[in-house]
Amino acid sequence: MTRLLRLLPYAVAIAVALALPRAMYPVLALDILLWGLFAMSVDLLLGYVGLLSFGHAAFWGLGAYAAAIAAKSTGVPFAIAALVGAAASALLAVPFGYLAIRRRGIYFAMVTLAFAQLVFYVANEWRDVTGGENGLHGVPRTFPGLALGRSADFYYAALPLILLGYVLAYRIVHSPFGHVLVAIRDNEPRAQALGYATWRYKLLAFVLSGGLAGLAGGLFALGNGFASLDLLHWTTSGQAVLITILGGIGTLWGSLLGAVIVLELRDALTSAPEASGVVTGAVFVVIVLAFRRGLWATGRDALRRFAAPVVSARIDISEGEVRHGRS
Amino acid sequence: MSVAPTTYAVETDGLVKEFAGFRAVNGVDLRLEPGKVHALVGPNGAGKTTLFNLLTGFLRPTAGRVIILGADTTGLPPERIARRGVARSFQITSLFDQLTALEHAELALQAASTVGYRFWASEGALERYRNRSRELLAEVGLADLASRPAGKLPYGQKRALELALAIALDPRLLLLDEPTAGMGVEDIRRTIDLIRKAHAGRTVVLVEHNMGVVAELADQVIVLQQGRVIAQGGYAVVREDPAVVAAYLGQAHA
Repeated sequence: MTRLLRLLPYAVAIAVALALPRAMYPVLALDILLWGLFAMSVDLLLGYVGLLSFGHAAFWGLGAYAAAIAAKSTGVPFAIAALVGAAASALLAVPFGYLAIRRRGIYFAMVTLAFAQLVFYVANEWRDVTGGENGLHGVPRTFPGLALGRSADFYYAALPLILLGYVLAYRIVHSPFGHVLVAIRDNEPRAQALGYATWRYKLLAFVLSGGLAGLAGGLFALGNGFASLDLLHWTTSGQAVLITILGGIGTLWGSLLGAVIVLELRDALTSAPEASGVVTGAVFVVIVLAFRRGLWATGRDALRRFAAPVVSARIDISEGEVRHGRS
Repeated sequence: MSVAPTTYAVETDGLVKEFAGFRAVNGVDLRLEPGKVHALVGPNGAGKTTLFNLLTGFLRPTAGRVIILGADTTGLPPERIARRGVARSFQITSLFDQLTALEHAELALQAASTVGYRFWASEGALERYRNRSRELLAEVGLADLASRPAGKLPYGQKRALELALAIALDPRLLLLDEPTAGMGVEDIRRTIDLIRKAHAGRTVVLVEHNMGVVAELADQVIVLQQGRVIAQGGYAVVREDPAVVAAYLGQAHA
């Protein structure tokens, strides 16, 4: 019974994911899920290793370009193209991570930003491959036996891969590896004194994070049919960090919630571009002030308080047992 | 009499550590025999903790060599030295605030394996460490607090957990930086017993200000002052040493 109850949130989440393209534009629904995955990859580093990457656009963008090129030049099924994007970003994360994890705090953020700018300029100059300022358009999406012309069709076809990304992120956080990451975040010298080569764990986390961002970026390019320079722009990195912070650092699912808000807001304000900056800014200020630990953590605690009578009764009983056992 | 040991637990040659021209450790030659309890004592700023950090790889020496358990470890990173069988505790309580006491013990126990790299495995992979973890916590008196995050443990329990972490590694050399700092009489009593128990089959080096603890535990006392060893020997001998008396009196007058 309790086991069934524990599975309930996942069942609801999958039901919502399936119903989403009927509640809003399928393109927007897809973007939300992909930005959510992208922000989760940022949260994996920020929330669980304590490293703020300000250069994740490099992995999102490279994933997009790699997937677009794979799909355009070879015509592989979209799932393969998306995995090519993930692999390319994970690969790029090896040297970037190797150099960046030597720094912490603001210096880590600056180094990752610098690397992302480097990728941006390379993409800008290397016109033969990336299309320079024009980007790559008309990216095909195919899968044997499926018609993926309509956005809603692609949404459902891509959903398993997206869910796979979420599951992987969740698994990483709730694994023996995740425990070591939290230990490193809390107290790196102590972890070293226990014999952990902490830099290897940080590098692996960086590469996994880059791969997840690449998967999200690759699917984004395939879903929207293009890869362009602004995917690599530093404001894209900033937006991912913003979504993570709004949703709640170190919560993983908060990133998804943050993506809903940021993308819905952006969508609602497209008709009034001159007001968009002010309104978005105001909404963010309110959220940050009202939900200091992010939407997810605050919301979850409120829910628990709501269910408090039941829970606290249970605690009373168990503590009574402990006391009884000791005396 | 007994044959002189061929391998020292800790050996240093002309060890020097300079910070911006200041010599915190100034030419220390140690020969610490295995299987004993060695106490590093000396006034504040004598270089005890710096010496600890040099032995465990948290600092690189400016000059000199460090040989631990027969192998040259000069310049190796902390985790490599730890993996050679060296565990240390920290002067300022140093734990993982968000992790529970049980998770601490598990982390220490799994450190020797590669299970920590398994990002694809569930937390169930740590199950096989659970029994030993509970035993360890029981040994240091934390059995009832196993599921409490370390950040929320009372001070004395934090120190006990710190000791449990060091013991969990089953080290050959155990370095304890002020294990009884800030403790009440009762906790000190318990810590002494714990160190005695942990000492079985191991070499222990401890930095300690409490002379009662030193007198009770140490086979060998090494007195540091201004980065140099000014005396060493049994507690009773060292206590009478004129240089030591002068150093401590000088400290008292300062």
